[in-house]
Amino acid sequence: MIACPECEAKVDLPDAPRLNEILECGDCHAELEILSLEPTLVGLAPEVEEDWGE
Amino acid sequence: MTSPGTLAVVASRIRADEKRIFDALDRRGVSYVHVDSRTMWSSADIAPLPWDRALNREIGHVRAAYAAHSLEAVGTLVVNSARATEVCGDKWRTSMALRSAGLPAPRTALALTPTAALTAIEEIGYPAVLKPLVGSWGRLVTFVPDRQVAETVLEYIAALPSPQSHVVYVQEFVDKPGRDIRALVIGGEVLGAVYRRSEEWRTNVARGAVTERCEVTDDMAKLVYGAARATEADIAGVDLVEDEDGRLLILEVNDTVEFSGFQHAMGDRVDVAGRIVDHVLTGVPTWRE
Repeated sequence: MIACPECEAKVDLPDAPRLNEILECGDCHAELEILSLEPTLVGLAPEVEEDWGE
Repeated sequence: MTSPGTLAVVASRIRADEKRIFDALDRRGVSYVHVDSRTMWSSADIAPLPWDRALNREIGHVRAAYAAHSLEAVGTLVVNSARATEVCGDKWRTSMALRSAGLPAPRTALALTPTAALTAIEEIGYPAVLKPLVGSWGRLVTFVPDRQVAETVLEYIAALPSPQSHVVYVQEFVDKPGRDIRALVIGGEVLGAVYRRSEEWRTNVARGAVTERCEVTDDMAKLVYGAARATEADIAGVDLVEDEDGRLLILEVNDTVEFSGFQHAMGDRVDVAGRIVDHVLTGVPTWRE
């Protein structure tokens, strides 16, 4: 469990978190990125860029 | 089989698809390194990077293309190749590749200025669709029903700062039956296809379209195989539409395929992440000489 950096709501971590994994805050729906695993740190994920896609 | 420690997975954004790929690698006991493309840099002079193979899952087209070129320059086998990434990541280059291969697609034009685009739209006819050359998920794809809207949208396009934004990709609007088709090709093998249904005219999963399994006909298999081959994509997500006469037309080929919707619809019939991993470890290159 971590705190959303945007709204401070509690966000559940997946069982096996990965570095750079994208999470979504259930409260404010901000996209979060796992920035470090030990200790677990999350930040706001980068905004979608113009050339993003498949 | 690739030796342990010689595979890189290049990705800046770890989504469900990338986690499935990592899980598939873990299940196979393959040693690999996840490379965050945001930390990558290359010197023109340095020794080869320590990876024999790389799976390119970078979400940004510019970074993906430069990463692929940089890795290939030092001898890494990259999937998809830099060429496939360049061709698939640019809708016009995809259109040219499909045309060269004689594959059916909607009528398409490229205008080098917004002014020329108005002429191109009038030639294609209304309604038409304008698409950014680069990008996915239906983002900024614009339905143009008449000249008044065309002039307005092109005025906005002309005001955009990037010169590339002024190059306008114009396509005829295909009045599809509320769905399009996403087929997956890996290593020249057609894994299957799914319908993507939506109330909206843009039927991207990212826009909420739902998927269901689609029977792959012989004609469809030939087209999607041909599209992967034409774009030299080892891993290809080929999007098709059915026109009013039921004829299949190829819309685009995706080189960094998102497959959650496909996997959901296909269930246990295919393990997409596993197939991607197996291909990267043993199967490439498919189209390269």
